[in-house]
Amino acid sequence: MTYVDDFPGEARVVRTAFAVAFASIGLGGALGVLQALFRTGYSRSLFSAVDYYSVLTAHGVLMALVFTTFFIVGLFAWGVTRSLDTGFRDLRFTWGWLALMTLGTLLAFVSILGGIVGFIPTHAAVLYTFYAPLEASPTFYLGLALLVVGSWGAGVDYVLTLRDWRADNPDERIPLQTFMAVSTMLLWFVCTLGVAVEVVVFLLPWSLGLIPRVDPLLTRTLFWYFGHAVVYFWLLPAYFVWYTIFPKLSGGRLFSDPLARVVFVLFLVLSTPVGVHHQYGDPGLSQGLKFVQMTSTYFILLPSLLTAFTVVASMEHGARQRGGEGRFGWLRALPWENPSFSGIALAGLAFAASGFGGMVNAGLNVNALVHNTMWVPGHFHLTVGTAVALTFMAITYWLLPQLTGKRLRLRTLAAVQPYLWFVGMVFMSNAMHRIGLAGVPRRTSEPQYEQVIFNTPIASIGELHLQTVGGAFLLFASLLCFLAVVGSTWLGERGAKPLAVNGHIPSALSGPEHSPRVLDDFRVWVALTVLLLLIAYGPPLAAMVQNGLFAPGSAPIPA
Amino acid sequence: MEIHRLEKIWIAVSLVFIVGLVASIVYGVAGMGVGTVGDTGQQLDPNALEETRFADPGGHWASDDHYVVTVVARQFLFQPGSQEPVMVPANTTVTLYVTSPDVVHGFDVVGTHLNAMVIPGQVTKLTTEFDEPKSYGIVCHEYCGAGHQSMAGQLVVVPADELPRNESGAAGNTSGANATSESATASADASPAVAPPEVSA
Repeated sequence: MTYVDDFPGEARVVRTAFAVAFASIGLGGALGVLQALFRTGYSRSLFSAVDYYSVLTAHGVLMALVFTTFFIVGLFAWGVTRSLDTGFRDLRFTWGWLALMTLGTLLAFVSILGGIVGFIPTHAAVLYTFYAPLEASPTFYLGLALLVVGSWGAGVDYVLTLRDWRADNPDERIPLQTFMAVSTMLLWFVCTLGVAVEVVVFLLPWSLGLIPRVDPLLTRTLFWYFGHAVVYFWLLPAYFVWYTIFPKLSGGRLFSDPLARVVFVLFLVLSTPVGVHHQYGDPGLSQGLKFVQMTSTYFILLPSLLTAFTVVASMEHGARQRGGEGRFGWLRALPWENPSFSGIALAGLAFAASGFGGMVNAGLNVNALVHNTMWVPGHFHLTVGTAVALTFMAITYWLLPQLTGKRLRLRTLAAVQPYLWFVGMVFMSNAMHRIGLAGVPRRTSEPQYEQVIFNTPIASIGELHLQTVGGAFLLFASLLCFLAVVGSTWLGERGAKPLAVNGHIPSALSGPEHSPRVLDDFRVWVALTVLLLLIAYGPPLAAMVQNGLFAPGSAPIPA
Repeated sequence: MEIHRLEKIWIAVSLVFIVGLVASIVYGVAGMGVGTVGDTGQQLDPNALEETRFADPGGHWASDDHYVVTVVARQFLFQPGSQEPVMVPANTTVTLYVTSPDVVHGFDVVGTHLNAMVIPGQVTKLTTEFDEPKSYGIVCHEYCGAGHQSMAGQLVVVPADELPRNESGAAGNTSGANATSESATASADASPAVAPPEVSA
């Protein structure tokens, strides 16, 4: 039986969440190409240098906030119900949170659109970091708040489903997929608290005129309390795929279930007290605080290094099961023609490369070389834009047939798509990193200045711009391939051909029975997380609100 | 809990690597003296800069071997920086104080490690020393509104004797209330012609 036969109601929820995610990535991707053309100066006729910022806001919100969040709540809805083998308690609640998220997304998107389209009386050219005192229409903040609150509903749904399951299975270990989904959502609850306070207590009432001023440093710090942990909210669902599905796609089994649990617990505990590493250049925060959070940032490398080991070890195990031999010869035995496999393998490769870039960003003083330059978007197009996005696309090829009961179509297009994405991103991201090293700022519509000369050691800025645009076109072509495969499969006839995939996941070589039971006790880990947060964020936040919650204060300046 | 032998080695190597990364930064900060922006403990009302050292931004000698420049970053220019360059002496300790009366800006002296944020209500303090006379570009690298792409300027390093001292000589007053901008205007002739940035609507 496939998932759609076992859980038709839940399958519909997942499909709906995915549909919103794919619409977002399609639209956001098209805007990305337009931006690349504008910045590099190849084409500036479609919109003005000012409208560029609305386009950039839409690109960031659609890709980083909407695509990711919708795909994740869908993926986890599948993972939780599949691994617990039980449906959600009440699908009306499930549809409720999904509707809330969708409503929030529409509100935020229309608010941004108002910056370009005259007849919509809103503006939100504040980018996806929306630093005060630049101000957006209240509908933008309200939309983002609804998106987050809706996603909290998803977390509650998973936790309640797990609780019911535990009541029925008191002696069993939590299945790995549910363990991962729940620990990720706990991380999400903890970190979104910062941005929720920022938006609901400060920015929304301020944009409505209910409070006259907000403290720019305080709101910004609340944003970054959320702003780095959110990347783990994107990354951990990719790890969920790498740990639980990828070994099977390689032809083998997961190397170690206990270490997978340890990795997720480490992320839950460590991922929020690192946000200040985005504020190394900020005045008003001490170097001591920055140093402490830099140290925790470097330690959060550990779970990712552990993951690298497990992923490669599981891949090698799979390859040897398939008859692969030799020190590196086993690589040839892997199913490189299967887009679900190749997409994830390439995503992992991109993530390894971007990890080294991340070590540069995280260095308290080395950061000054790259802070707010083009290097930074170059970095996160490799991480969230490839490690995460390519994993999500790759696993869609495996998941969609099980969610629809329809066999994957346009398989050749699907087989080419991950390679196209990878090559496109290598060109674009590499060029962006190098442009950034020359000091060219990010978030600028026309990075050409009369007074400033940018020196590139190798290749001119012009050549690097050509690579950026070429890469962007390859990425967009890859995106169109993906959407064509998804659309064609979705529109196909159900049951016309037997499915080529099934949702069975083989058990790990070293199972959960080899790990201490305390790993499954989330109360311990949440308590530890809160403790670390109080240490990391208590003193600076206390210092900031000492002279009043709203001082030094700034009135809104509409963007 | 069982951990494979190879994985144990991997974990050990990873931990050594992480400690090494932290150690390299400690060496950079403590050994080479390259830190980042810290907390000056100074806050101000961004709506009332006229009551602060930023009332009349510009450079002045704080003592014989310490030059101080105050810069206001506002939509969409640096004062000084955009319409006239920031002038600083070579081979001298230079401290820049930067703030903003409106939104968040960036202050990046391209090709140097002077790269920081400018936040309304806070004072960004950057201290450095330039080896030789040279001109650098300054860009605002944080999106600050419709004219953000035009927000840039110049920082010009000149021989120390080209920057006039105050009549009273070195005041030694690093807290520098109401610094005069005479140095910036006096040396404007020596500076390269700088076109004011276009501010688009």
